[in-house]
Amino acid sequence: MLYIFCPHCGSRSQNEFAYGGDATVKRPELNKEISDQEWDNFVYLRKSPRGKHLELWHHISGCRQWIKVERDTSTHEIFKTYKANELIE
Amino acid sequence: MQKYSVFSLIKNAFSDHQNWEVAWKDPTPKKEYDVIIIGGGGHGLATAYYLAKEHNITNVAIIEKGWIGGGNVGRNTTIIRSNYMHDDNALFSEFGMDLWRKMSQDLNYNVMFSPRGIINLAHSDAQMNAYSRRGNSMRLNGIDAVLLNREEVQKRIPMADFSDNVRFPIFGGLMQPSAGTARHDAVAWGYARQADSMGVDIIQNCEVTGFDVTNGKIVGVRTSRGDIKAKKVGLCVAGSTNILAEMLNMTLPIETHLLQACVSEPVKPLLDHVVTFGAGHFYCSQSDKGEMVMGGDLDGYNSYSQRGNLPTLQHVLTEGIAMFPFLSKLKMLRTWGGIMDMSMDGSPIIDKTHIDGLYLNCGWCYGGFKATPASGWTFAHTIAQDRVHELNAGYSLNRFNTGDLIDEKGLGTKTWIS
Repeated sequence: MLYIFCPHCGSRSQNEFAYGGDATVKRPELNKEISDQEWDNFVYLRKSPRGKHLELWHHISGCRQWIKVERDTSTHEIFKTYKANELIE
Repeated sequence: MQKYSVFSLIKNAFSDHQNWEVAWKDPTPKKEYDVIIIGGGGHGLATAYYLAKEHNITNVAIIEKGWIGGGNVGRNTTIIRSNYMHDDNALFSEFGMDLWRKMSQDLNYNVMFSPRGIINLAHSDAQMNAYSRRGNSMRLNGIDAVLLNREEVQKRIPMADFSDNVRFPIFGGLMQPSAGTARHDAVAWGYARQADSMGVDIIQNCEVTGFDVTNGKIVGVRTSRGDIKAKKVGLCVAGSTNILAEMLNMTLPIETHLLQACVSEPVKPLLDHVVTFGAGHFYCSQSDKGEMVMGGDLDGYNSYSQRGNLPTLQHVLTEGIAMFPFLSKLKMLRTWGGIMDMSMDGSPIIDKTHIDGLYLNCGWCYGGFKATPASGWTFAHTIAQDRVHELNAGYSLNRFNTGDLIDEKGLGTKTWIS
């Protein structure tokens, strides 16, 4: 069982959350000419690293806020969690 | 190579089975090979076997960081089927079914292929319509498919929940009678033994640490047991694909996820077929030892850990009990996990890459075992001829760029959402 610290509610079990994937992927800017390759990168290509991974989780059965979680994909250790709009160094 | 037969069995019985030849050798890596296959799982072993058998390329090494049979080829739920709707998947898988039927003879190794049939249960009229469409597509591609009504399903699996007032009543199902199971370890061992006998070096406990690429062409592989030169290199590493891709500065339409499976204590024979639940993700068959072999959803987040968490297992088994209430009476014997290379459309990739001499075989999601022979056969062709075969032409790497997705399950880019 993973325990995820929601920045709004505190520590909760993974049962309350839904996974939202890689949080480092950036949607291309609106109203800007971009190539197919840029769309391809945004929609389909993922680094999927072994080790530290910054990812989105949705506290769907709690406060319903999206949060960012820094987690190790090989040990499942959670290092830190952030609010969705928090700037991350 | 010593041929396995009833006579060799009797002969060896007289010496207390102490004089069997080793099934494959444990060679030290040579300085150079024509082809290096990275990954000694089912697909890698099959690729090496077909390179030697179909294309006479025997100066081949398989590099495996663990041991033969320790990865997903020994961790799956052994289901073999070709019940796909899209042409690319259907023709590829049905080609594989032919190889499965001949495999025990071909490899001189009993892989215990058991075409016991698979039934996908339907729980609504809409689902029956969808299965009818899929069944018709399958039959147009020469694959056997039978649409069963509720009574016909009940005759085949009377232990399923046919009582009144259930949440997901069984309306019927789609059956592929020629589908089935096989002994997964035997598939790995059989391919390894034959590949070894034709001159392939199977190098275990050898981890790839880097690649040598010169002028856009692959020239060798760096490993924990030294640098090895190669004219061609094939990647067959399933859940570890992204780790190797990072060494090559490639980003792929793949995410690595965790899938669990489990078996119950053994019970007397009661389930003749492979059965899947239609209102969730759960599948079940009974092994020859009598264990109920079960699996279902991914854990749902990126993971390389090969061990799962209990909430997902509980969720999957809740579906199992909804389908087969008797499962609640059984004790669980073992649970385990494996890591899956989830592609963005749920279909695999067998293709060349932008690096000359580097070939890619990945994206099998949770359906890699059944594809073992067809994947090995087409990947060997792609490597040997330096061009894709028509059977794997659809499994291209650039289909995500061109929009030619093979979105069999209609899950879009989030194949890990179920």
